[in-house]
Amino acid sequence: MSPPSLSLPSRLWLSWVCAFRVLFDGQFAARVAALRGAAPKPEALPAPRAPKDDVPVVATTVASPSASTGALQLLSLLQREGRFIDFVQQDVAGFDDADIGAAARLVHEGCRRALRTHARVVSVRSEAEGSSVVLESASPDVKLVGNVAGAAPYRGVLRHRGWRVEELTLPTLLGSHDPKLVAAAELELS
Amino acid sequence: MSEKLVVGIDLGTTHCALAVAPFSSPNARVEVLAIEQLIAPGSAERRPLLPSFLYFAHESEAALALPWDGERRFAVGELARARGAEAPERVISSAKSWLSYGGIDRRAGNLPLNAPSDIERISPVEASFRLLDHLNEAFRAARPEDGDLAAHEVVLTVPASFDAGARDLTVEAALAAGFEQVTLLEEPQAALYAWIEQSGEAWRTHLGEGDRVLVIDIGGGTTDFSLIDAVAVDGSLGLQRVAVGDHILLGGDNMDLALAHVVGQELATQGKELDRFQVSALAHACRSGKEKLLSDATLEQVAVVLPSRGAQLIGGTIRGQLRQQQVQAYLLDGFFPRVAANEQPKARARAGLTQVGLPYASDPAITRHLAAFLARHAFGNGEAARPPTAVLFNGGVLKADVLRRRVLDTLNGWLEERGAAPARVLPGEDLDLAVARGAAYYGLVRHGSGLRIRGGTARAYYVGIESPMPALPGLEPPVSALCVAPFGMEEGTQTELPPQELFVVVGEPVTFRFFGSSTRRGDRAGSLLERWSPSELEELPLIELTLPSAGRVPGDVVAVQLQASITAIGTLKLEAVAQAPLVPNERWQIELSVRHGAASGA
Repeated sequence: MSPPSLSLPSRLWLSWVCAFRVLFDGQFAARVAALRGAAPKPEALPAPRAPKDDVPVVATTVASPSASTGALQLLSLLQREGRFIDFVQQDVAGFDDADIGAAARLVHEGCRRALRTHARVVSVRSEAEGSSVVLESASPDVKLVGNVAGAAPYRGVLRHRGWRVEELTLPTLLGSHDPKLVAAAELELS
Repeated sequence: MSEKLVVGIDLGTTHCALAVAPFSSPNARVEVLAIEQLIAPGSAERRPLLPSFLYFAHESEAALALPWDGERRFAVGELARARGAEAPERVISSAKSWLSYGGIDRRAGNLPLNAPSDIERISPVEASFRLLDHLNEAFRAARPEDGDLAAHEVVLTVPASFDAGARDLTVEAALAAGFEQVTLLEEPQAALYAWIEQSGEAWRTHLGEGDRVLVIDIGGGTTDFSLIDAVAVDGSLGLQRVAVGDHILLGGDNMDLALAHVVGQELATQGKELDRFQVSALAHACRSGKEKLLSDATLEQVAVVLPSRGAQLIGGTIRGQLRQQQVQAYLLDGFFPRVAANEQPKARARAGLTQVGLPYASDPAITRHLAAFLARHAFGNGEAARPPTAVLFNGGVLKADVLRRRVLDTLNGWLEERGAAPARVLPGEDLDLAVARGAAYYGLVRHGSGLRIRGGTARAYYVGIESPMPALPGLEPPVSALCVAPFGMEEGTQTELPPQELFVVVGEPVTFRFFGSSTRRGDRAGSLLERWSPSELEELPLIELTLPSAGRVPGDVVAVQLQASITAIGTLKLEAVAQAPLVPNERWQIELSVRHGAASGA
């Protein structure tokens, strides 16, 4: 006899609880893997190491990543590495180009580093901008501009090569840290 | 259980790295494992390198939670490195250099040096343990199916210049982290293993019998040299490490600081005083400026921009210039001057009162240290002296093509003077990760049929013995040095008992002066040196022996002989063997590197 089906709220709760046990309990994860039909190898897992001394090991809550926390993390990275928010938040009107340039160098270098270490950004089209391109059929990757009419194939000049993020790796968000706090205030004690 | 792995750990002065390889598959490839670490509070990330920094949280801070521990009050890695500029008194850096420094008790809590009172200071051994423990935790998080590092075979790298005591303490930290199957490997050897692994069988076309490889390893904090010979062994090619250099606390960080100092002084003349936050940011900015200038000689200067401390970035930044000519003058000519082959590093007279601190090299010229190393081991008149024929570069600093070329040009100049052919460069890759990769590869080789670098211990060891003579006021009794372990002892071997007897008081700790030599290759166990030149023997921290009074009368004097053996791990074991044993094979282990204050005298 198969067990009775669970209600939706119970299932929600169970999925929440299981997510963490799978993450932090190797034995449990192995049993879940077996349930899913994957090759079971429970006895293959070594016993978890005893916690050291009397320090209780408390598993961290790993925040479930949502689209907006991802965006907040990216902002935090750009601020930390490249002072992005400082730069954009400031009114540039009263400064000459040399001052803005000096700051821009810093922002450029840091944001570039942050972007390169966390995302793989590639061009949508490999042709040189300004070259003639034939598009065999319409594609969401390419936006037609100018005299937009007629049918494929489309012949035109590539004006922008486009960008695509092939891969984005964001840090794991941990514990009670508020992702909205993208930069803490700093107070220097003397 | 899952497959057994061999794990290579580069426990570096400034960075750690981890590489793994499975034992079973015959053509196993070594894989570098990214190490999860905090990069900011609440934000963890896997990176190939783990900065070797330890930060202790203040009570005002939330826990430095990691995915596997939500309550942690300290952090290892990038966050700790970043906090080094913001709250330096709470940060431990260069734990490894402290591990090899006999000027402090390396098992006593003394780091961070200037820690505020809320921090319980820890010993260099414990700091190293915490780095290793973090690597273990990150390994478990990354590969839960492989369990704990303790279940695998660990190869831990140490500088070739580490003495027996520092090697012992490294093993102590590894055992504390639970690594029971641990082996030590010298870093320059690991770099060569990485090169062999990467070249595959092709390495035999690059090296032939009679070749002598000079490994030059310049990391963030230390510089290490080794000579490794290609020799014929039973009809096929083998490798033998023939010499290692002194421990030189000099590396890339010194170079960035030197440039920051130059730019900082220029800014000061313009009336822009920098605080320590800005000086640290300046060193950072100089590092990237230096990399740009070194990679493009046509570039005359790069702007060095320091961010404002506050949110007003535009208008608040400080601009400076780093010029090509400064990089040439301070970096190339300061750290890599073209020197003659017979130059020696300049020793600076130490101030009478020095604070407790690491014995940084007093001469920044790495080429001069190299000249001294080669003068001793390659350019001399001894039968083992032979110039190098090939060079392998390692360490982050040598990623810069200009610096590699300068070192090579200088070396080839010396070779030319001697009528020797210029040295070839062995093409290494991944100068930051080679040591960890090579360590993992060595773990495979140790158990397989692959090629091993032989060479045994890099030093001979001596115990100081006071000659019996009547006490004279103001005159120290002369000390002779008894060789207890000769140069080149292989793992698993032990010396014959030397003829000399030493006398030890039962129930009281007895200390002996301890010396090491990387140049005296001819001495055997039992050789007694009446005199030696200061460059030949280096005094190491004292060693200690306590005879338990069980079965004997406290205060009695017992005659012992000293016997050395090299353990499977690769550490030196010194034992006192009773001449008149109460039970068969009665012996006591001598503790290496017991306490500080040893380096005085001589």
